[in-house]
Amino acid sequence: MIKSILLHGAVIALLIVLEPVLSEYHHGNLARILVLATYAVGYNILFGYTGLLSLGHAMFFAAGMYGCALMVRLAEWSVGPAFLFGVVCALVAGLVVGMLALRTIGVGFMIVTLMFAEAAHLTIAYYNEYTRGDEGFTIPQAVRTVAGLDLSDTTTRYFAALVLFSVCLIGSAALVQSRAGRVLVAIRENEDRVRMLGFNPFRYKLLALVLSAVMAGAAGAAYAVLFGYAGSTFASVQYSIFPLLWVLLGGPGTTLGPLLGTVLMFYLVDYASGTVMPGLAAFVEGSFGIEAPGLASAYLLLVGIALVLLVLFAPRGVLGVVRARVMPWLP
Amino acid sequence: MAAVAQLSATGLVKDFGGLRAVDVSAFTLNEGEIRAVIGPNGAGKTTFVSLLCGRFPPSAGRIEFEERDITAMPAHERVALGIAYTFQITSIFGNLSLYDNVALPAQRRVMLDGGGAVRERAMGALERVGLADRAQEIAGAQSYGHQRLLEVAMGLALGPKVLILDEPTQGLADSEIDEFIALIQDVARETTILLIEHNMPVVMALAEQITVLDQGRVLAEGTPEAIRADAAVQAAYLGG
Repeated sequence: MIKSILLHGAVIALLIVLEPVLSEYHHGNLARILVLATYAVGYNILFGYTGLLSLGHAMFFAAGMYGCALMVRLAEWSVGPAFLFGVVCALVAGLVVGMLALRTIGVGFMIVTLMFAEAAHLTIAYYNEYTRGDEGFTIPQAVRTVAGLDLSDTTTRYFAALVLFSVCLIGSAALVQSRAGRVLVAIRENEDRVRMLGFNPFRYKLLALVLSAVMAGAAGAAYAVLFGYAGSTFASVQYSIFPLLWVLLGGPGTTLGPLLGTVLMFYLVDYASGTVMPGLAAFVEGSFGIEAPGLASAYLLLVGIALVLLVLFAPRGVLGVVRARVMPWLP
Repeated sequence: MAAVAQLSATGLVKDFGGLRAVDVSAFTLNEGEIRAVIGPNGAGKTTFVSLLCGRFPPSAGRIEFEERDITAMPAHERVALGIAYTFQITSIFGNLSLYDNVALPAQRRVMLDGGGAVRERAMGALERVGLADRAQEIAGAQSYGHQRLLEVAMGLALGPKVLILDEPTQGLADSEIDEFIALIQDVARETTILLIEHNMPVVMALAEQITVLDQGRVLAEGTPEAIRADAAVQAAYLGG
């Protein structure tokens, strides 16, 4: 327990210390990564700890994002209350979807969550007039302030993202080491046995799903406020898959796995799209005289290969392997 | 002391497609007794006790626990009332420590009681089955015999009124079986025991009453001596 507190404290302290040191480029990246990692932390509660694989979490991210952004845009709310409204939207979405989707298990659960998320995505596209669909809309810099702080300022933005991430990280660490967390892990391992120990698995799964949705929604709302943009891409299936990949990479069922996975994947995509694939395209053209215009932008190919290797050789993710080999106490 | 009916079933039927797996017209388990359910493979023993503890619903019939109709009650609520079931196929949480395995039911009991110490209850259950010194080891890495004992400890940590044990001695060594018999005799002082068992020496050593199932029906019921002498039982089960 003390080790766990020290470890999480050290990670947050490291992120504070990094702020003034980072170059402008990495500074902006890390602020974005922290918001996305918050999304992954939420996803991990459901997937990593409770063992429920959702393919529809983008709807919760989008519920937070649009709940917040639309109130600012249409009702001219200030961003503070709008943020909270976004979180409430995600909470309600989590409750409603959970009550229905949790009647299914395994592949059924994956399909039902995927379908709900597609319906949400199409709904956002359908109400184009308000949401501006794919194109999305921006939130003007002038209104992105809370308590006199300008959230578009890079330092303020970084720390706002860090506060959000830290709250969710500590919340998830406290949850998984609590009594309720022990039941969630047990459901992942053997749901039938948990029922025969007198627990109602449905209630615990619903709790995990709602907490997961709330964190996803908080991340979505924060994204809208901090980066001043909302668009329906964030509700697409791609954004349901991303947190799954981040968590798989970092280590499902480890508190810090989501952050590590998001960082690694972000820079892998960055490196693949910025260096490897354009280099490969130039090499192919130079050596074989074949023009391959699509190759330079096919960075997802490299990401895909990385993931296949990961699932084949390290299905427990980076921190899952670390826990199994060196640090069995890792929460 | 007059026998007090604790758990009873009337007209209990379970059909799987066209197969009538269980067809028990009347069954009564009395408070404080050790009851063994025996019968040939496929007699419906596990299905029968699964109906009692609510793992699946009966096709027809009525189940009562302490004069309360629990036929439609979900399994987890029956556990909360005091009916605990330990699995035939070892069903522990293999990736968790022994302590975490028993802490779950201990924590459930504490929640139901509205207070108490989870750690003491969990360690107490491990001590009773002799696994306390292994509390922090991973359950899946234990020998089969220890996993079976852990399974029993999980049942004990729930502090049940009725403990249903489904073939608990399967796969145990002879020396472990003697310890197991002593353990169950100890537990039986505060808990009613319903035991499915194939090992006849264990049945004869423990059971006060025996119910013989064959093809889903109660073939005979009585004391071990009476069952041993019963011609129908001998023909069906004990091999004549």
